[in-house]
Amino acid sequence: MTIQQTLNSFRTGPDETGHFGNFGGRFVAETLMPLILDLEKAYTEAKADPAFHAELTSFHTHYVGRPSPLYFAERLTEHVGGAKIYLKRDELNHTGAHKINNVLGQILLARRMGKTRIIAETGAGQHGVATATACARFGLKCVVYMGAVDVERQKPNVFRMRMLGAEIVPVVSGSKTLKDAMNEALRDWVSNVEDTFYCIGTSAGPHPYPMMVRDFQSIIGKEAREQMLEREGRLPDSLVACIGGGSNAIGLFHPFLDDASVAIYGVEAAGHGVASGAHAASLNGGRPGVLHGNRTYLLMDADGQIAEAHSISAGLDYPGIGPEHAWLHDTGRVTYLSTTDSEALEAFQLLSKLEGIIPALEPAHAIARAVEIAASKPKDHLMIVNLCGRGDKDIFSVAEHLGGME
Amino acid sequence: MTTRIDTRFAALKSEGRAALVTFVMAGDPDHATALEIIKALPKAGADLIEIGMPFTDPMADGPAIQAAGLRALAGGETLHSTIDIVRAFRVNDTETPIILMGYFNPIYIYGVETFLKDAKEAGVDGLIVVDCPPEEDDELCKPALKAGLNFIRLATPTTDEKRLPKVLSNTSGFVYYVSITGITGSATPDFSKVATAVARIKAHTQLPVAVGFGVKTASDASAIAKGADGVVVGSALVEAVRKSLDADGKATSKTIGAVTALVSEIAAGVRAVKK
Ligand SMILES: Cc1ncc(COP(=O)(O)O)c(C=O)c1O
Repeated sequence: MTIQQTLNSFRTGPDETGHFGNFGGRFVAETLMPLILDLEKAYTEAKADPAFHAELTSFHTHYVGRPSPLYFAERLTEHVGGAKIYLKRDELNHTGAHKINNVLGQILLARRMGKTRIIAETGAGQHGVATATACARFGLKCVVYMGAVDVERQKPNVFRMRMLGAEIVPVVSGSKTLKDAMNEALRDWVSNVEDTFYCIGTSAGPHPYPMMVRDFQSIIGKEAREQMLEREGRLPDSLVACIGGGSNAIGLFHPFLDDASVAIYGVEAAGHGVASGAHAASLNGGRPGVLHGNRTYLLMDADGQIAEAHSISAGLDYPGIGPEHAWLHDTGRVTYLSTTDSEALEAFQLLSKLEGIIPALEPAHAIARAVEIAASKPKDHLMIVNLCGRGDKDIFSVAEHLGGME
Repeated sequence: MTTRIDTRFAALKSEGRAALVTFVMAGDPDHATALEIIKALPKAGADLIEIGMPFTDPMADGPAIQAAGLRALAGGETLHSTIDIVRAFRVNDTETPIILMGYFNPIYIYGVETFLKDAKEAGVDGLIVVDCPPEEDDELCKPALKAGLNFIRLATPTTDEKRLPKVLSNTSGFVYYVSITGITGSATPDFSKVATAVARIKAHTQLPVAVGFGVKTASDASAIAKGADGVVVGSALVEAVRKSLDADGKATSKTIGAVTALVSEIAAGVRAVKK
């Protein structure tokens, strides 16, 4: 399947019809088609406008706190006894995750388009919090769709969103998690086409979302690249990031895709184990299909009915993956691994104890595999792990899993 | 190529009335009852039949049709058994047009070519696949036309003058005008705007225009029949199924009659309008 040698660049996608190879596209109802064409046009114009970038950069600097540090995890490195592990500290961003990078880009775009009402779907609640935050900052009405199951397991974020003035709509259809929240957001958009902007939280959905979200998240990889060159005088040897829909991962990976010396690892959520059937690993345990506006790898049954994903982490609990990752998987440029719930819980504790950094459960999945890969590498191997979120939102559910806080 | 859909609309035009297009979900509340409902529709007054192909994630549907799909899936309905329904219907009815309506993924997983072949052989006349806009015509629309099936496209209030020709380009059978920007079953359309919209579409095409979303009663149907070539009713029928079920969600002796009674009532509304 590897066609890596024959491609000149991995950074040119998508094509003008929104495809990454055979993946991606625009599989949406006719009502939405004019809206996503409009969005594509507005985004293309904004992308070419220096004023748009200047405004975004200013908010990155003064509101989000970018650039986020590239931190040498000395004690974790010592503990592992292999590669030199650096953490890209996007958990230090305002609102506690990488999600704000994308949200600010989209909200500035929504303002340019004259939209006054913002809708979003959220799983862990990090994207919902980031969207509610930006909406508060710009005085926009904000409605967040969240699976009823996730409302229960991510309570602190539900409270934060309410504080920020957002309306939370618990979604009770289907599996009551992220995919259903996305269905419900799409239904809202179909019903409110005039004033509403749909701020998608990951690099999935119909074109141009996967491209646009990737572009906004690529600030992570651009900074990491410069920071590593400054610190070590050369590029990293490997990158590791967790994958829900794939936005933090593609943000870190994209600027490095054409550097053949950089090994790249995406980490899916294996839940109770890929063999158990209760997981969220679309690449490792799914196959290509069409959902939420694009063709990508999906979890489904033999009849093409979408299966429920399972992960301890609400942010990874999605039965699909962004189309660019599907393509990077098939071309062999990126290696996709997976981490189980219990491995993620261990990594969560390991990083907390060794580095004084409580990670979100999502990047804990990346940490688990990073530690394993690093152990097999020489001491001069440079690794960057995307620490894309902090664990404050997870402490209560982790405590439940570990049996108390004593 | 002339399909049963073309023939039926032409016949109704010479009769001087609009068509009643009825939507029910395959496998709802169970496979056998759904087949009996579908068999009973023509006599109750349905001129064309749309059969929903159940899907776990129906992005453009409201709660009523979502729930109908989930009832069908819980009962084990598959795309294969949905095609079986059409085959069984055709044993006694070779004239009523049948349209399968749903989402792309189950078809994609079935295999587009195999699906088209099986559907055509079973007696399907047309397809409405909500998440296949003109931009994705190579996926299903063009192969369907080649296989001799009509591909019926949705036009919506957001489909402006500039976009209409694109939406109409590979459409055949009829045009399905979705009278509201919204999901199925959500709102009652502003009937005065519907006639204008139909006229707008007719300026671009010879095809019949059927109007749906939000039709619940005979008088809704009459109001739409005045300006359109067809009236589509869906959520109201699916709700009639749901209301007829017992506490465990199983069909009762009332289920089939509940649907046919509503169809007869709405058919009277359609037929009351002479053109
Ligand atoms: C901290 C964190 N990391 C990762 C994810 C997964 O999303 P993505 O794969 O788009 O980065 C989420 C989603 O909620 C998150 O909150």
